[in-house]
Formats: sequence, structure tokens, C-alpha cells
Amino acid sequence: MSNLLSLSDYLPEMILLGVILIAIVMDLVPATKRFTKGFILVGLILVAAFLYQGDTSASSLFMGMSAHDPFGTFFKWLFIIATFFVVLIAKYDDGMDQSIAAEFNILLLIVMFGLFLMATATNLVMVYLAIETVSISSYILAGMLRNDIKSNEASLKYVIFGAFASGLMLYGFSWLYGLSGSTDLTIIRDVLMTQEGPVFVVYISILMVLVGIGYKLSMVPFHYWTPDVYEGAPTPLTAYLSVAPKAAGLALMIRFFTMTFTDGAGETVANVDWTVLIAVLSAITMTVGNLLALRQENVKRLFAFSSIAHAGYMLMVIPVISTDSSAAIMFYLVPYLFMNLGAFFVAIAVSNHTGSYDLAGWKGLGKRTPLLAALMVIFLVSLTGLPPTAGFIGKVYLFSVLIKHQQFYWLAVVAVINSVIALFYYFRIVREMYFTDSDDTEPLRPHPILTWSIISCVIPVLVLGLYWSPVIDWVTASLKMF
Amino acid sequence: MDNLTSYLVISGILFSLGIFGVMTRRNGVAILMGIELILNSASLNFVAFNRFGGMHRLDGHVFSIFIIVLAAAEAAVALAIIINLFKNLETVNVDQADSMKG
Repeated sequence: MSNLLSLSDYLPEMILLGVILIAIVMDLVPATKRFTKGFILVGLILVAAFLYQGDTSASSLFMGMSAHDPFGTFFKWLFIIATFFVVLIAKYDDGMDQSIAAEFNILLLIVMFGLFLMATATNLVMVYLAIETVSISSYILAGMLRNDIKSNEASLKYVIFGAFASGLMLYGFSWLYGLSGSTDLTIIRDVLMTQEGPVFVVYISILMVLVGIGYKLSMVPFHYWTPDVYEGAPTPLTAYLSVAPKAAGLALMIRFFTMTFTDGAGETVANVDWTVLIAVLSAITMTVGNLLALRQENVKRLFAFSSIAHAGYMLMVIPVISTDSSAAIMFYLVPYLFMNLGAFFVAIAVSNHTGSYDLAGWKGLGKRTPLLAALMVIFLVSLTGLPPTAGFIGKVYLFSVLIKHQQFYWLAVVAVINSVIALFYYFRIVREMYFTDSDDTEPLRPHPILTWSIISCVIPVLVLGLYWSPVIDWVTASLKMF
Repeated sequence: MDNLTSYLVISGILFSLGIFGVMTRRNGVAILMGIELILNSASLNFVAFNRFGGMHRLDGHVFSIFIIVLAAAEAAVALAIIINLFKNLETVNVDQADSMKG
């Protein structure tokens, strides 16, 4: 579709840009400064409304740069929900510098815009632009607490690893362009399918694309930044990073690996068998994530490694080239979004009281604040993947893909062993909360908005554990890609 | 100097030098320079492929302009972060930013 015609399908993004610009101006004017956050929240609801209104057909926008398809729309919903929660909560984290709260929210919206582009990009130029939009804003966000040495260090590590990974990815892009003569993903696939290109060069390019996307997913061995950035960054941002850019990375992974590097019928392009590579990396990712999580004493680091492990679980089905694997990943992302955000919000509530993220601060929480502790247990049960929570259903779908297609059984075995390891460190938190006593018996008094946000995160985790067919229907309807 | 191979060799050398720089340097600014070399090698590849690959459209040239712009943005943010590091630690040596471990 031509540029002008495309704009009608681009309303949510345009509204979002408008909200960003108005919010920047509002924050500058003293009279409207205090309404900025409210305006941003209303703006997000407006974006959601326009996204809901948009038509469900799949079309190509801006001369093949970007796609308008149900697949991208599904991910956009996840980004809107995550951003809404984090903007809502950011103010109630005592670790945040309140004088820059508006900048934090606005940068978060810019990241969200980048994520929108990432989930819909169908051209190498657009992929690169989207990843950089997300990354550059995230670097600033991670280093937002300027006088906090940890935050500074987090952003330094983030920017060095991030720029390095996107440089490698770019070099891979340049070879893909050289091999196919186009930056359009569909044309690249067609050329790689028909031409007998040099296999080695194709393999190297695919590997380099994997570096760039793997970095966003914090896939081993590109995960080194994850624990440090998660620990040093402001916690609302950590919660956001563990969910939204990861979902966008998976969207990109699906577009690249199950769409571009395959012929659409289960065969890989140009005789380059990347499936085994990803299978092995996914097994290593979940194992490394879970094993290193065992010895963490800091809750944020613990959840950083837990999020690495979850990336491993989701990557597990990518080697099975089928729409089933995309559906399983997309289904898993829905409970993952809520349980991870919820767990981080409980961590914020606890650290507001104790002033740190040490696991020791969780002692006796079951007696001090029964509600928070009970909600945390639900999140942890779901993260482990035990019934009757949504995390269990999500894992069942992931495993069923491997079983149904009768490929990579060993990967399923590794994942089951890993789920057992995960039980140890998740239940260490439960043990701290219920079976150890603390000298501090003062109950926690989190702000009502924080409490209600945690409760609204727990509802989908429980409900989807018992009644998940609407989400499955939604995912199945969203598989259509351009 | 009028064929594709020589350009690809030069960009390959630039790329390797960039990787070498990132891996060996401990000075934050020097690491950034290594990253710039990697980005430039990709740029050079795009332009060379567009020029010699028999492509009618200008995708490669346009892509390299995008790379230049984004590299500048990234360098601006990265330098700001390194300046902030210098304010906090009085060094730009990335090895000394090691308050988090495990």
C-alpha cells in the first residue's frame, strides 16, 4: 500500500505519537505538569480503543516497510497492557526519582512505539530502526537514576552489549541484502529459496541475525547484560524489560525464523539447518538461567535469571517449524506478562518497606502481610508452571508442540528437569515468607494502587488457569501474518 | 579498486578490527570506537552491494544513511552514560564498574 493510504491503518501509532508529543509539552508547562501521568494513561486507553477499532485483515503498509496484521496486533495489546501497568505503578516505587517521573513515562511510551514497530516490521531497514528505537530509549531509562552508581553501571553495560549486538546483526543484514538484493523479508525468503547461494555465508548471516534478536531475548550466550541491568535499573523498568521487549523479540524471532528462513512448509532455506542450533541454545538458555538463579540473594537478580529461563522455554518450540509453535509462544506470553509484572510489583511493595531487594527482607511476610504473600505465592506457582495457574497451561501448550510434531523429545526432557530446578528457587521465596521469622513484625502498607495492580495481575493468572479457551481462540485468530 | 571483492575485504577487515577493539579495550570510549567500526563495515557492505550487485533500487544506499544517523544517536547516548560514569567513579575504565556480581 502506498504511504498515504497506509496512514488509515496506522491510527494507533499516530495517536501514540501525538500522546508522546503532547505529554512532553505538558510536562514543560507548570500549570499542566501534574496532569501528565493521567494524560498518558488516558492516551494509552485511547490507543487501545483505536487498536480495537482497527480492521483484522492483513495488509502491507508503507511500500512493504511494515505490516498491518492480526499477529502484530496481538503483540501490540501485550505492549499496551505492560506499559499501562508500569506507568501506573512507577510513581509508587520509592526507589524512583520523582523529579524525573514524567520523563520516565514519556521515554516508556517511546519504547512502546519502538516495540509496535518491532512487532510489525517486514523490512530490514524497519527492523533495525525499531530495535534501535527500543534500545536507545531503554539505555536512557536504565541510567535514569543518575546519582545511583548501580543504575549508571546498568546503563553502561546495557549500551555496550546492545550496541555490539546490533552492530553484529547489522553486518548480518548487509550480507542478507547482498545475497538477495533486497531488504524486504519476503523477497529475501524467495531468493534464498530458489538460489543455490553459498551455504556458509547464509549460515553466518542467520547466526548474526540471531545475535541481535537473542540479545533482546537475553538468550544464552548473549545474556550477560541481563542480571546487571535488571538489578541496577529502576524496578518499574526492570518489570517492563522482562516482559515487553522480550515479547517483541519473540515476535521478530517468529517473523525471521518461522517466516523468512523457511519455505512455509517446514523446510529451512538454502539447506541451512538452523533448527538444531536454536534447539541447543534454548536448552542451554533454560539450564543456565535456572542454575544461576539458585544462588541469587537479590530478588531482582533472581527474577532476571528466571526471565532468562523463561526465554529458554519459549525458544524451545521455535525449531519446530509450524504455526503451532508461534501459537504456543503467543499463548505463553499472556500469562507470562501478568505473572512477571505481578511478581515485580510485589517486590516493589516489599522494597518500599525494607529499602533493598535482598531476599532476607522477605522474612515473615506471610504473617506481616498475608494478602501480599498469598498473591506472591500464586505468581510463583504460575512461574514454576504448576496447576491450577495459567503458567501451567502455557507450559502444557509449549510441550504439546514438541510432542505433536514428534521432534526434539530431548528438549522436552531438559525443560521438565529445568522446571523442577526452578521449583527450588521460587520456593525459596515462599520459604522466606512463611517459614522464617523476622525481627521486623511491622505489616507492610503498600499504596492502594499498587495493591490493586497486583490483584488485577493475579486475576488473569488464576482465571486463565481454569478457563483459557478465549485466549486460545484469540491466538489462533492472530496467527495471520503478512 | 573497481570490483565487489575488494570492498568486501576492506569491510571484513574493518569488522574484525571492530570486534578486536570491543574485545580487548577496557576504556569505554575505545569500546565505542570499536562498535563504530563494526557499524561502518556494515555500511560499506550495503553501499558496495548496492553499487556492484546490479540492483536497480537504492535500498543499500538508503540503509547506510539510516545506519549513520542511528550510530550518531547511539554514540550520543553512550557518551552521556560514560560521562556520567566518570562523574560517579572518576574513571572511564569499564572494568571498574563492577559493583554488581553473581
